[in-house]
Amino acid sequence: MINTLYRLVAPKLVEIDYDEVNINDKDIIVRPTYLSICKADQRYYQGLREPEVLAEKLPMALIHEGIGEIIHDRSGNFKFGDVVAIIPNTPVETDEIIGENYLTSSKFRSSGFDGLLQDYVVSSADRLVKIEGDVNYVVASFSELISVCAHAIDRFEKFSHERKDRIGVWGDGTVGYIAAILLKISFPQAKIIIFGKNEEKLSYFTFADEIHSIKEIPADLTIDHAFECVGGQKSQSAIEQIIDHIKPEGTISLLGVSEYPVPINTRMVLEKGLRIYGSSRSSRTDFEKTIQILREHPEVSDYLENIVASIFKIRTIEDIHHAFEKDYQLNFGKTVLIWNK
Amino acid sequence: MIFAAILAGGTGTRMGNVEKPKQYMLLGNKAIIVHTIEKFFINEKFEKIIVLCPKPWIKHTKDLVSKHIGQNDRIEVIEGGEVRNETIMNAVNFIEKNYKIDKDSIIVTHDSVRPFLSHRIIEENIEFAKKYGACDTVIPATDTIVESIDNKKISSIPNREQMFQGQTPQSFSILKLKGIYNDLNEEEKEILTDAAKIFVIKGEPVYLVDGEVNNIKITYPYDLKVANIMLKGDYE
Repeated sequence: MINTLYRLVAPKLVEIDYDEVNINDKDIIVRPTYLSICKADQRYYQGLREPEVLAEKLPMALIHEGIGEIIHDRSGNFKFGDVVAIIPNTPVETDEIIGENYLTSSKFRSSGFDGLLQDYVVSSADRLVKIEGDVNYVVASFSELISVCAHAIDRFEKFSHERKDRIGVWGDGTVGYIAAILLKISFPQAKIIIFGKNEEKLSYFTFADEIHSIKEIPADLTIDHAFECVGGQKSQSAIEQIIDHIKPEGTISLLGVSEYPVPINTRMVLEKGLRIYGSSRSSRTDFEKTIQILREHPEVSDYLENIVASIFKIRTIEDIHHAFEKDYQLNFGKTVLIWNK
Repeated sequence: MIFAAILAGGTGTRMGNVEKPKQYMLLGNKAIIVHTIEKFFINEKFEKIIVLCPKPWIKHTKDLVSKHIGQNDRIEVIEGGEVRNETIMNAVNFIEKNYKIDKDSIIVTHDSVRPFLSHRIIEENIEFAKKYGACDTVIPATDTIVESIDNKKISSIPNREQMFQGQTPQSFSILKLKGIYNDLNEEEKEILTDAAKIFVIKGEPVYLVDGEVNNIKITYPYDLKVANIMLKGDYE
């Protein structure tokens, strides 16, 4: 079969490309349906990555957040029409200790290989998670991003001590918002405290127990643990504030991606006995947990739907450009694509 | 029930036609017709995919299906007719013999030499045929269409805005298609070789499905070269 892919060949230039696909008993054919644009896709699209990186990765189909419908499966795992979340992380080996999303050999859609802007996505069964029950597909389109936060929280449970009375989340962007909601339902007894800069964005966090502007944090405010969801150069000041306000033996989860090395006050890390750990991407287990949350907690789904800034129906390549350009202008929230190309 | 009919030519016994039919030529690593059949085979909405080909090529086609797709009971290879509509009616007759047809039964007919067909086009054909009884896949005409009745001078130049180029699939309610075809006299059957056209002539609406420029028909050696370049890509 000839599959059609919509590959970014140069910044802001998407071209149609074709791949020959052999139909076999193992591969599953999925029709992408609801997709979402990630900042990483946007960096490729706008040409904001290093020229050498672009030269190495392009041409490549973008988008790694999305769900689809099973079109064909002879493996017996799925039925025609089943709705599935597509896991972009694709391990090529297993390791008893290291998680699949930390194996350096693992490939990732719209980074190491083609993303979801395709007529059909060919996948193995273990990279698909069935979505059953009453799940909002618009929200499920960014289940990958939700699963990244779920993964960070899973690690938080493993690495942190039991006292979780006050958990601070730095960052008023999409990741901060999702992480904070998941913390709220994972630790209902804990107070979730948000630290941000933009009042408009902070007004979305209605579920939070406290909201503080990073410019006016009370000197005596303390937290047991913290999540850094800021990223970029601003990570430095966020980590600084966290170290100032966190209690001894607390944990700091780093979720914000930074292109630059970030200095950390290690003296105070030592003095307070802090644990700082990173989280990146997610695994199948995190996806399963995410889908379960979306199914069992409709209120979470509602909160997440609130941050969907735009939904675009995609029938042409021009529609793809339009959606990426509008997404680039977004200050906050997610852009969802209904794929009908 | 939804059926697909892959039209792979008539009897193929035209004198002097010793060349291998285009649908059996290789595109990438497989015959063109295999790529086309696979597009319908993977879509489990189709109860049966009926491949209609010249009689001498039936065994060859079955071998190709078996080799590339594997043994299965969803693909049936049968003989086509002398002309396009006859080929389609062979498919309809096969369906009638083996299934109980009702008003919701539709047939999606597609040229075997259009392997670049997209999922959306198939889905919209199914949707429109169910909803309206008949549809045709078209793209807006890019060249000006010139009509010449005597083949020597222009008799008219229609407004390009209203002109479209026909592609496939063409999809129909099976009961409607059968009724209209059986109403034609022998002479009409001879002249009206396009299934959508007989609907139009009989005053039945045929709705338009947006085609794609790349849903090309591989007719000439030139087209096959283009198709192979499309498939292999060229970013060097």
